[in-house]
Amino acid sequence: MNRQLREVIIIQLLRLTTYGIVGVVGYILFDIVRHGLPVIDWSFLSEMPRRGGSEGGILPAIVGTLYLTMGTVIIALPVGIGTAIYLSEYATQSRLTETIRLAITTLAGVPSIVFGLFGLGLFVLFCQFGPSLTAGSLTLACMVLPTIIVTSEESLRAVPQAFRQASLALGATRWEAIRTSVLPYSFSGIITGAILGIGRAAGETAPILLTVAAFFLPKLPKSIFDQVMALPYHLYILATQHPDTDKVLPLQYGTAFVLLALVLGLSMGAILIRAHFRRKYKW
Amino acid sequence: MVKQAAQPEPSAIEVNNLNFYYKAAQALFDINITIPERQVTALIGPSGCGKSTFLRTLNRMNDIIEGTRVEGDIVIDGKNIYRDKIDVVNLRKRVGMVFQKSNPFPKSIFENIAYGPRIHGMKKKEMLREVVELSLTQAGLWEEVKDRLDQNALGLSGGQQQRLCIARALAVQPEILLMDEPASALDPKSTARVEDLIEELKTKYTIVIVTHNMQQAARVSDWTAFFYEGKLVEFGKTKQVFTNPKKKQTEDYITGRFG
Repeated sequence: MNRQLREVIIIQLLRLTTYGIVGVVGYILFDIVRHGLPVIDWSFLSEMPRRGGSEGGILPAIVGTLYLTMGTVIIALPVGIGTAIYLSEYATQSRLTETIRLAITTLAGVPSIVFGLFGLGLFVLFCQFGPSLTAGSLTLACMVLPTIIVTSEESLRAVPQAFRQASLALGATRWEAIRTSVLPYSFSGIITGAILGIGRAAGETAPILLTVAAFFLPKLPKSIFDQVMALPYHLYILATQHPDTDKVLPLQYGTAFVLLALVLGLSMGAILIRAHFRRKYKW
Repeated sequence: MVKQAAQPEPSAIEVNNLNFYYKAAQALFDINITIPERQVTALIGPSGCGKSTFLRTLNRMNDIIEGTRVEGDIVIDGKNIYRDKIDVVNLRKRVGMVFQKSNPFPKSIFENIAYGPRIHGMKKKEMLREVVELSLTQAGLWEEVKDRLDQNALGLSGGQQQRLCIARALAVQPEILLMDEPASALDPKSTARVEDLIEELKTKYTIVIVTHNMQQAARVSDWTAFFYEGKLVEFGKTKQVFTNPKKKQTEDYITGRFG
């Protein structure tokens, strides 16, 4: 085979794989929008479910997922950023920090059901939070922490050493230098980590299955120790546990559509914040 | 060890038997030097001779590098900066530093200068404005930037950026200014401006400057220290070092036989 022909074939092959992925994503989106959008109306979004989810809206599941995602970010972001700052700015390179890094990467590869069981054992039973928003958010936070730590640490390391030196040479303390000359310039990267975390936290079913999600709970949570419904779990119930799954198929599509829109909306919010920081702290 | 002639000038920095190690490797050997007040002292020598390392021991910037160790004494204002439970933050405020590569923060010109005074507690806008104007004037940059203080400092030319960094260092009112090859990345015209600036600044500040450029050392400095392989080979009046060096190594270096 001549070299030019091989070149053409390889380029086309690579193009095909790329388009293939876009095609799959496009098809899923198209299918969900096509079947889901007609189901969406105000009552679907604002009403309580009735008759075990066969009728009515999905308001408690929307609110539940929203709370869970926010709770997760509120817990995971400070802890994750703190760890990243420690690893990137303070910790000396040693066997200990290497072990910590290894642990974090390993954590990223743990299956989500294991996090669910861990959360059940630690937060629900041992800490006696019961199945609750608190237990669920903590469990999801554990799950997204590695992503947030790794992306935050990378973005902290990307800030030029010269910024730190300039601050320190002017008499800034380590923390002042980090706060004023490192953190602001790494925010956009940190927020990228948060966006990835949001997507995972909102969409996961296994970790919340055992720690927070209610099968059918047609009311809104009053405290952080209440159980909630959640969109992915609701979808799972409608699709597999409902006595008449075919009849509620439109509701499944509607729920999937809302979940997608919610994740997209939250991510868009984060992307807007990121754009703001990028503009403000350009370097 | 180099014995020095008695100096009539009051001293700003007193260095006694300084040894510096990077992990197991020793980078400075038994340095003894007295740096006179309100004069320019140039540190010259080939790459890797330890002159920059020495400069960075004076404001303890080597502290932030892992695995470094210092022996001996450096006395500034009667205080041993490695012993007397000194506040490093306060030391760095008194001993300012300008780096080889200009490193303005990606903020406005105003914010760059105000950064130092701010972290040291200055809050009032009028006072900050005064310090900014004074520092920029001292650095000979005020006329060029006074109408665009709110613009990003990265929009300035290389030479302006370096003078901005000098102004930023002056804004915290140091007594001593350390300069690590401040003009090596600048064009000849900007270099000349920085050199003129050094000439003006020495009436108020003690300046220690590392340079690779022999002509520059001869032009701007009153005293010259020649470092070679981590040792201080010769230290004396610049004129004497350049016209009548006492050591063969110094002569070889400044006449361009090595380095």
